Amino acid sequence: MIRKVRTHITQDEALLFELSSPGKIGYQLPSLDVPPVDAAEVLGASRIRSEIEGFPEVSEVEVIRHFTRLSTHNYAIDLGLYPLGSCTMKYNPRINELVARIDGIAWAHPYQPESLAQGAMEIMARLEAALAEITGMDAVTLEPCAGAHGEFTGLLLMRALLESRGNPRRKILVPDSAHGTNPATASMAGYAVENIPSNQNGMIDLARLEGAVTEDVAGLMVTNPNTLGVFEAEILRAAEIVHARGALVYMDGANMNALVGISRPGDFGVDVMHLNLHKTFSTPHGGGGPGSGAVAVKAHLEPFLPYPRLRRVHGAWSWDQDRPRSIGKVRAFYGNFGVLVRALAYILAHGGAGLRNATVDAILNANYIRKHLEPHYTLATTAPSMHECVFSDDRQAARGVRTGDIAKRLIDYGFHPYTVSFPLIVHGALMIEPTETESKRELDLFIDALISIAREVEQDPDLVRKAPHLTRTSRVDEVTAARKPVVRWRPDSAGDPLP
Amino acid sequence: MLASLGLSSSEELFAHLPAEVRLNRPLALAPGVSEYEIVDYFRARAAENSNGRACFLGAGAYSHYRPVMVDTVVSRGEFLTSYTPYQAEISQGTLATIFEFQTMVCQLTGMEVANASMYDGSTAVPEAAMMAARITGRDRILAARSLHPEYRAVLRTYLRNLAMPVDEFGYLAAAGSADLEDLAAKVDDRTAAVIVQNPNFFGILEDVTAAAALAHARGALLVVAFTEAVSLGLLEPPREADIVAGELQSFAIPPSYGGPYAGVIAAKEKFIRQMPGRLVGQTRDSRGRRAFCLTLATREQHIRREKATSNICTNQALIALMATVFMAVYGKQGLRELAAQNLSKAHYLGARLPLRFSGPYFNEMVATAGAHSPDAINSALLEKNIIGGLPLGRFYPELDDCMLLCATEMARRERMDEVAQAFRSPAGGSRNR
Repeated sequence: MIRKVRTHITQDEALLFELSSPGKIGYQLPSLDVPPVDAAEVLGASRIRSEIEGFPEVSEVEVIRHFTRLSTHNYAIDLGLYPLGSCTMKYNPRINELVARIDGIAWAHPYQPESLAQGAMEIMARLEAALAEITGMDAVTLEPCAGAHGEFTGLLLMRALLESRGNPRRKILVPDSAHGTNPATASMAGYAVENIPSNQNGMIDLARLEGAVTEDVAGLMVTNPNTLGVFEAEILRAAEIVHARGALVYMDGANMNALVGISRPGDFGVDVMHLNLHKTFSTPHGGGGPGSGAVAVKAHLEPFLPYPRLRRVHGAWSWDQDRPRSIGKVRAFYGNFGVLVRALAYILAHGGAGLRNATVDAILNANYIRKHLEPHYTLATTAPSMHECVFSDDRQAARGVRTGDIAKRLIDYGFHPYTVSFPLIVHGALMIEPTETESKRELDLFIDALISIAREVEQDPDLVRKAPHLTRTSRVDEVTAARKPVVRWRPDSAGDPLP
Repeated sequence: MLASLGLSSSEELFAHLPAEVRLNRPLALAPGVSEYEIVDYFRARAAENSNGRACFLGAGAYSHYRPVMVDTVVSRGEFLTSYTPYQAEISQGTLATIFEFQTMVCQLTGMEVANASMYDGSTAVPEAAMMAARITGRDRILAARSLHPEYRAVLRTYLRNLAMPVDEFGYLAAAGSADLEDLAAKVDDRTAAVIVQNPNFFGILEDVTAAAALAHARGALLVVAFTEAVSLGLLEPPREADIVAGELQSFAIPPSYGGPYAGVIAAKEKFIRQMPGRLVGQTRDSRGRRAFCLTLATREQHIRREKATSNICTNQALIALMATVFMAVYGKQGLRELAAQNLSKAHYLGARLPLRFSGPYFNEMVATAGAHSPDAINSALLEKNIIGGLPLGRFYPELDDCMLLCATEMARRERMDEVAQAFRSPAGGSRNR
C-alpha cells in the first residue's frame, strides 16, 4: 500500500521558445550615463550580429512561472529520502546558502588585491586544515571542481612524484567494483588501466593484488568503504603490498561519509585521496553540480600540488605562485570557492563531535534498512555494512522484474530510487544509502514501500515492470533519445503538441 | 533502532573495523556552533575582503548585475537539492531547463549542439582540445598567446601526460589580436586544433574567419574560446568554428573569488559523439508525451569507463541554471542592449586611457601606465575606493607596464573619470595630497 504520497495537480509548461512573443521583455537596465557608441562604427559592421536568432522573448511573470512550474516536476531532498548509493544525498543546510551570498564573499573578484581578499583566503586555509585533520593527511588542495577532477589531480600528483623518482610507470590498478570515473581518469592522466577482480565479498583480493603490482604499476585506486558499502578490512596489508613495490595508494573519497570521525585514510596507508564536498560535507548537488573535489595528500606529494598555494607571511595570507615542482593548474583561479564556503559552514556547525555523530547515524540508518529488507531481497554480501547496503534483484529477476523496474515503482511510493545496477560486480544491484539525514519514520516508510513492491513482484509483476504509474511523466523512452538525438529545440519541432 | 539490530550501543556498528585503523581520539576541531555564530564568522571574514568598492577587474571574471530572479529560482529546493537527473520521470524540471540551456548556448554561439555544462571555461578548453584530437586523429595543439594565461596553464596540465604537444602563436604588438602569420607558419599536418579566444584576453576582437581558414587549410579544427559571454549579445558568433569552449560566468554568476562558474562546450552536430559531458535529449514517455532524458551516455565514464570521452561526472548544473534564468530574463532584446551598454561604457573609459593596442575591443582594454607603474596607479585608485586593473607583467613580461581593465554596465561614469585621472597623475588622485 502506498502510504506516503497521493497525486496532486501540477502545471504543464511549454519551453521558453514556445512561450516567446516578439518584442516581449522581462528586464530593465539603467539609462546609460555615457554617450552611446555605434557598434558597427567601432567594431566594424561585419562583426555585429543582426539578432540572436530564436532567443526567447518573455515577460518577468512568465519567467517566474516557467521555472516554478518546471521545479514542481522534480523530486528533491527537500521532499524526502533520496537513497542514491555512493551519492550521499544529505540535507543541505540553508545557512550555507546564506553565508555564500554575503556581499564580501559572493562579489570577491579572484584578482582583487590579496590585502582585500584576506577573509576569502582565511576561509580556504581553515577548510584545508579541517579536511587535513578529518582525513589524517598532511596537505590539501581545494582547486579541483568535482570528484572526477580530484581523481585527475591526484593521479597527476602520483605521476609527478614517480617521475621525480625516475619513472612515472605505466599502469593504474582499478578494482572492478570501482566507479566509472576511476578508469576514465586513469586514461586521462595517460595511464593504462588494469582491472583487478574482487573476491566474493567485493573486497580487494590480496593474492591477486600481490600478483598485479609490478614495477610497471604506478598505483592502486581504491574506494573505502568500497562500493558494496564494506570497509576494506585488509586495507593496511593492501597498502603495504602496493608500497613495497614503490607504487602509491589513491583513495576515492566518495564514501567518506562512512568514516568521518571514526577512521582516517591517512592512518591506513593512503597517499592521496579526494573528498566530494558535495557529498560528505552537505553542499547541494543542484541537479548535477557544482561540486568540489578537494584533494588531500601525504607530505611526499605536497611539493607537486597545483599552484598557487596559500602562504602565511607576517600575519597575512598570500598566494605562492612560485611552485617549481607543481603539476600546474587544474583550473583557473583557486577552486569552487562558493562551494568551499558552504562546506566550511557545515564543519563549523557540527564540530568534531557532531561530524562523528553524523557518521554513526548514517551507518545506523543503512544497517536498519539492511536488517528490515534482508528477508525480502538478496543481500549482495554478508560482510558488515557501513553507510550503505547493496542488494541484488536475484529473487525478483526470477519473476521477470529487474532492479530498474523496482526503482521506477519506488517513485510511485513517493521516493527517489536507489542507485540502479551499480556496482557492476553485483547482478542487478540495488544500492541504498540513506545518510544520517533520515528519521526512523521516513526509513520505515521506505522499507514498507520496498517490501510492498517485493509483494507486488510476486502478485502482479507487470505492475512493477510498467511503473511509474502515478507520475506526470510515465516511463521515458531513452532508447529513441539516443538513436535519434534531439538535443536542442528548433522552430520546426514547435509543431510538437505541448505536454 | 539499535535494539532492532540486536545492538546495545551504536559503537558496535563499526566494531568490526581493525583496531589499528580506528581513530581513538576526538577530531581536533572546534565544537559545533549555532547558526547565529556561523553567520557572524562569515560576516567577519567577508569584512576582511573588499566591500563597496567599484571594481574594474575582468580577465575571466566579470562584475555584471545579477537579476533578482536568478537567486529566486536557483534557491528553490526542487532545483537546489536534487541529484543529476538520471531518473527522468521525476527530474523533468531539471532536464527541461538543461534542454533550454543547450538550445540557448547554440543560438548564442552559432553552433549546432551544446552540452549540459563543464566545470568552467578553463577546463572546457582542454576538453575541447582532446575532443579535436579524437576527431582528427592528430595530437598537436596550437593555442594563441592571447588566450587567457590561466586557461593556457590548465591546457598544459591536461595535455602534458597525454604526450600532446601544446605550442603557441603570438599576438600583434600593435593591434593586440592574434598574429595570423605566425599561426600560418606554425599550423601543420599534425595540428589537431587551433585555439583562439574571442574577444581575446586583452579584450580585442579576433578575426575568427581568417583563423578558421588557416586551420581548415591544414585539416585542423578551430576551437574558439570565450570568457565574456555578454559579448555574444552583440558580436557575430564564431560560426566558422568547429568547437566553441566558453565560460558563462558573465550570465548572473557571482565572481565568488573564482568559482563555481559554468563552462560549456558547443560544436558542429557531426561531432556530437565525441563531446565530453552530459547531454539532454528530447524523447517521449510511454503515453506519447514529450519528455527529456540524459542521452548518448555511451560516451560517458559510467558506461564506457577507460574509453570514455572524458572522466567528467558532476558538472555545474545549478550554475548553468543561473545562466539559463539570466538568458530568459534578458532575452533577445535585453542581451543585445546589455552588450551595447558594455560597449559604450568601455569605450567611454578606453577613450580616456593610454591604450596599448589599436584593435577593436568589446569591454576590456589594455592601458599603459607610462611614467608610473601599474601598481602605483592601482594604489592611488584604492585610496578612492576603486579596484583598478590587473597588472599584466605576471603573465606577459613584455607588458609589465600595462594593466587590463574592464568596464561593464555596472561601471559608473564618475568612477571611470577617476580611473582616467589616475592614469594622468596617480599622485594627484591621492587624498594625502
